[in-house]
Amino acid sequence: MADTQTQIPVTVLTGHLGSGKTTLLNRILSEDHGKRYAVIVNEFGEIGIDNDLIVESDEEIYEMNNGCVCCTVRGDLVRVVEGLTRRPGRFDAIIVETTGLADPAPVAQTFFMDDDVRAKTRLDAVVALVDAKHLPLRLKDSKEAEDQIAFADVVLLNKTDLVSQEELTQVEAMIRAINPSARIHRTTRAGISLDEVLDRGAFDLKRALDNDPHFLDHDHPDHVCGPDCDHDHHHHHDHDGHDHHHHGELSAIHDVTVNSISLRAGEMDPKKFFPWIQKTTQMDGPNILRLKGIIAFKDDPERYVVQGVHMIIEGDHQRPWKDNEKHESRLVFIGRDLDAERLKRTFEACQAA
Amino acid sequence: MPTVAPLDLDGHCVAVAWLSDIPHFALADGIVHRLDNGHKHVEAHDGLLCAVTDLDGRTLITGGEDGKVMSVASDGTAVQFAELGRKWISSVASGPQGAVAYASGRAAYVRFADGNTRQFDHPRSVEGLAFAPKGMRLGVARYNGATLHFPATEGKPTELEWAGAHTGITFSPNGEFLVTTMQENALHGWKLSDGRHMRMTGYPAKVKSISWSVKGRWLASSGAPAAIVWPFQGKDGPMGKAPLELGTRGDQMVTSVACHVTDDIAAIGYTDGMVLAARFADEKEVLLRRPGKGAITSMAWDREGRRLAFGTEAGDCGVIDISA
Repeated sequence: MADTQTQIPVTVLTGHLGSGKTTLLNRILSEDHGKRYAVIVNEFGEIGIDNDLIVESDEEIYEMNNGCVCCTVRGDLVRVVEGLTRRPGRFDAIIVETTGLADPAPVAQTFFMDDDVRAKTRLDAVVALVDAKHLPLRLKDSKEAEDQIAFADVVLLNKTDLVSQEELTQVEAMIRAINPSARIHRTTRAGISLDEVLDRGAFDLKRALDNDPHFLDHDHPDHVCGPDCDHDHHHHHDHDGHDHHHHGELSAIHDVTVNSISLRAGEMDPKKFFPWIQKTTQMDGPNILRLKGIIAFKDDPERYVVQGVHMIIEGDHQRPWKDNEKHESRLVFIGRDLDAERLKRTFEACQAA
Repeated sequence: MPTVAPLDLDGHCVAVAWLSDIPHFALADGIVHRLDNGHKHVEAHDGLLCAVTDLDGRTLITGGEDGKVMSVASDGTAVQFAELGRKWISSVASGPQGAVAYASGRAAYVRFADGNTRQFDHPRSVEGLAFAPKGMRLGVARYNGATLHFPATEGKPTELEWAGAHTGITFSPNGEFLVTTMQENALHGWKLSDGRHMRMTGYPAKVKSISWSVKGRWLASSGAPAAIVWPFQGKDGPMGKAPLELGTRGDQMVTSVACHVTDDIAAIGYTDGMVLAARFADEKEVLLRRPGKGAITSMAWDREGRRLAFGTEAGDCGVIDISA
């Protein structure tokens, strides 16, 4: 893998027209943080962005000729990123803006599947903007709205001033049902501290799960959020709210077809786990949008972290287990039509004897 | 012994070219440098993306981030051929009778010598452009194949299909074969007389540089720890034949190839900036340049095949004289 020091971070901003995406983009570009951004947009069109370096690119989804339908990249991004990185002195980071109709998977996969892009850049995070008022409607009429949330590392639930407290709770529950591991921020006018959006390291195996010290714990009955817990409770401190996830079942929420499956088991046998995760991602890849996990291997003093997008999966040792940490393995799948019972049974079968 | 005259520039060299026997180095920042009784330069673009020498070897056709298509001559004059506003010019090609082609997004354009221009729209992005050596025929590399246009007539284009993303394109010098580079680690070819497919696979990396040998007998390519050289002497091209592997190195990849103008020899450039020359007949190698600061991005022989200009992604360019 290339040195992360020299790789240019890339933030993907998704969301419908009217979700506040342009407002956020303009804040990122204009605030005084000393960083320069190259912005890749779908169309210059009507959106008013004030930046020196804006590149328009036609969304080109290229299927790789390997028989795998989910192995797609954005051909336009391959080309634009190559062009941009030939003159690296001009900017410190790249923002890829996608429309509300864009499939986020090929965008993310471009940064893993194309060797040249991967050598020069690293995907930092996928940020989804959601209009609190219109999300229920969006979910009804587009699969993409759901995919964008399922894919996101950070969700800005924006325009919260336009809905009632009750509606807000409902919309947030919907987002949580689609994606239990994203950070959700409630905002108005995309008002968010930019360090909650930029430089998240969400795809960095060394950082991803440290950022989020207990990214899967919220569905656990034992878990009590401490005062420093910043997982997704910024605005609601009713921790009973955690039980609305319906893990392993099709979501009870209407119009949501994505579900998440959280698995938990003891120490794993690497000889069983690796073939299992390979086979699972091969078989269920088209249905898996994201996966993340921390694996405890028997007799291994270090935590092993994995993450994936469809069939692409990465894993690495992250750091030694701390004394007070329980050696257990946790894995979350976000996807469609996943067989929770089979995943659970086969995952548990990978445990060390 | 080969001697190297270095030209240390600042930035990624997109293309090198000989124009009227003067070596030119087109950098990504848009400046085209030349060695003509000293180091001179001209600013052609705000951001240069692609460049190709015209068939007469007199001008360099360039496309930029500034949406402009320029023609740069060896005396430093730069003439604007087209401007498409804020859209990037992603590919350029030069053809017979002074024709120039350029692409932006899903459109390809042909500019004839008289200044008239025709536009060809495609359902998907135009990734690469090349003119056939004879006649007025333009090849477009695109998703799932290639399209052949006949810009001088109203004839319908010919579609050549092959699944996958095709990113670059070239005709063999005799016009019999069409070869594309792909997003995946492969080349694909068509025999134009009957549309027969030629699969050229097995590369560990994307192929970014291809070069026909004299009379098109061989096609050299990057994308492996050796230059992969496919035989095209037979009527079926390389089908059923193994390619030559020249200049194999254990720890570096070939990034650029340039076949010699008169002999079956290829200059081979690597990720570490080294340049070798290798002869096809006996695979004998000669070191032309020691490793430098960055990968070789482009190489070009002069008309007599005596001097080789090279550029790198770090800007440490130069000219190698093999006759000294």
